Amino acid sequence: MQRVNALQRFIFSAVVVRISTIATTLFGISVFVFIVLRVIPGNTITGAFGIETGVLTPQQIAELRHYYGIDQSLLSQYFSWMGSFLTGHLGFSFSTGVSVLKLTESALPVTIELALIGTILGVIMGIAVGMFSASKPGSFRDFGGQLFGLLALAIPGFVLSTAIVTIMANIFHYFPNGLEYMTPWRDPWVNFQQMMFPGLVLGIAVAAPVMRTTRSALLETVDKDFVRTARGKGVIPRKVQMRHVLRNSLIPIVTMTGIQFGYLLGGAVIVEKIFALPGMGRQVLDAINKREYATVQSSVMIFAIMFVTINVLTDLVYRMIDPRIK
Amino acid sequence: MNQSKALLSVDHLVIATQQDPRVLINDVTFEVHEGEAVGVVGESGSGKTLSALSILGLLPRGVAVTEGSIEYNGVDLAKISAQEMRKIRGSEISMVYQDPMTALNPVMKIGDQLLEVIESHEKLDGSSAERVWEALREVGIPDVGRAMESYPHEFSGGMRQRVMIAMALILSPKLLIADEPTTALDVTIQQQILALVAEERRKRKMSMLWITHDLGVVANLVDRLIVMYAGRIVEAGSVKEIFTNPQHPYTHGLLASLPVTKDKSRKRLTSIVGVPQKPWLVGQSCSFAPRCFKATSECANQIPQLVGTLEKSVACFHPMGVES
Repeated sequence: MQRVNALQRFIFSAVVVRISTIATTLFGISVFVFIVLRVIPGNTITGAFGIETGVLTPQQIAELRHYYGIDQSLLSQYFSWMGSFLTGHLGFSFSTGVSVLKLTESALPVTIELALIGTILGVIMGIAVGMFSASKPGSFRDFGGQLFGLLALAIPGFVLSTAIVTIMANIFHYFPNGLEYMTPWRDPWVNFQQMMFPGLVLGIAVAAPVMRTTRSALLETVDKDFVRTARGKGVIPRKVQMRHVLRNSLIPIVTMTGIQFGYLLGGAVIVEKIFALPGMGRQVLDAINKREYATVQSSVMIFAIMFVTINVLTDLVYRMIDPRIK
Repeated sequence: MNQSKALLSVDHLVIATQQDPRVLINDVTFEVHEGEAVGVVGESGSGKTLSALSILGLLPRGVAVTEGSIEYNGVDLAKISAQEMRKIRGSEISMVYQDPMTALNPVMKIGDQLLEVIESHEKLDGSSAERVWEALREVGIPDVGRAMESYPHEFSGGMRQRVMIAMALILSPKLLIADEPTTALDVTIQQQILALVAEERRKRKMSMLWITHDLGVVANLVDRLIVMYAGRIVEAGSVKEIFTNPQHPYTHGLLASLPVTKDKSRKRLTSIVGVPQKPWLVGQSCSFAPRCFKATSECANQIPQLVGTLEKSVACFHPMGVES
């Protein structure tokens, strides 16, 4: 009984520590973004009026400052935004005339879908090529696998995206992203075609680090004693590879996958832009250009929350993979 | 015993690294007969573990058998296909390893790891789980039902070694290779494991090859001993012969360095002067010559061959007890 109580207290305190760490991180991020946005030159007025800001009279500027709410003290700006973020409507976007919540409601699913497709494709390709490479280190196939990894790492997403768009549109006259964006609920087929290429571009970007992690993790595990034990019991090679080598290599692979998925959820700005997908990346980019403070701040907070959530999920997956992690 | 059939016969075995060839095991010849237990003694680097691993084709990457044969039941294990070798591993010949802390898969349940042996050689059926249960009970695992659902990290080193032994014995192999299975364990646990293996061997009448660096460990466990030094066999024979009448100066030195519990004189333990040579640096000479008090120019210019009978053989130009 005593031991159970001690264990419960331990778990409880671990959870408390975890939650307070997360809260502190998120608070830090909110302050950081808030400050950075105000340090960079320009403000909401220059963002909205561009070079025409110069012809505005001081009185007009004062009125606009009041209208945009940037005449208030920084502290009250921060807390009024934080208030609206915490109450869930995330602030107001002046250029679109709707709340940031409304914008996010349509943009976030696009990004999540794209990130999921990219991650799934990337993990499949990465693990497959990694296993292929590690199956015979130093061989021709290893060289091929590593070459794939290096190329995937070295070719920037915008080059690959631009190349795909150009080739498909000019030579095959195929450009599904020229159409209006369709959600998978409205038109799954069009949605699939619109997501296919950007998903592939992101998938290749994810595959590179996943492949390298897989390869090195497998090569490290394959020399472990328990793998020799498995071979010594007469287990067939394929099962040695899956049950013993791969399963014990999963932790670094899952870590890398989590990090990559987190990045993709932060909006693949350039890929979204090139393929004209109305996702979070585009939303933030437009908002930064227009100095729409609330939109940028709220979007970044959403990225941060998703990133933290993925970290927690990754930890849960660790526990499923490795019984030693408690 | 001399009339019994050889179950395993290793003949002029040479093991070397593949790149920048370095001979690690040179010209090793020995036999293990049916029902017989043979001990292989030697210090680190003498090649005893590699000899053992080569039997099951488990040599580390970059190391391979380059010459000689390993005949088991008339089949040369050094030449058979990977597929045929797989069928022998775990069912005909199985192995217990040195470090039980790393020899089990940390993310797989104990029961599943034993079940995997059966699965690899037979069809699993309703009785398979029962056989696993029985195998674990036999090696003295308490609360077997729970143990089967446990992971290796929940077990102590001694318990894990028991699991390894259960795993090695579950398909009743004809030959058990034990590579220093007690070295990584506490002294009290060592005795338990030794007793367990001795008991199982007696019950099953299986053959055994026991690798160790500790002469004291094997004395009561095996019928015959093989003494290895720098990749070669320097002496082989029955336990009684080796202990009472060692012929090779190295064996003699080994025995002299054993602590004697009755001795109250607080003398320093005897040791052999010098360090062992690397097998690939020995060349055309007796590998023990640089450390040998009986060495002559003959020893430095010629490799002594292992000559004698199963009961007693030695590779030395100036064996002990023979005046030169």
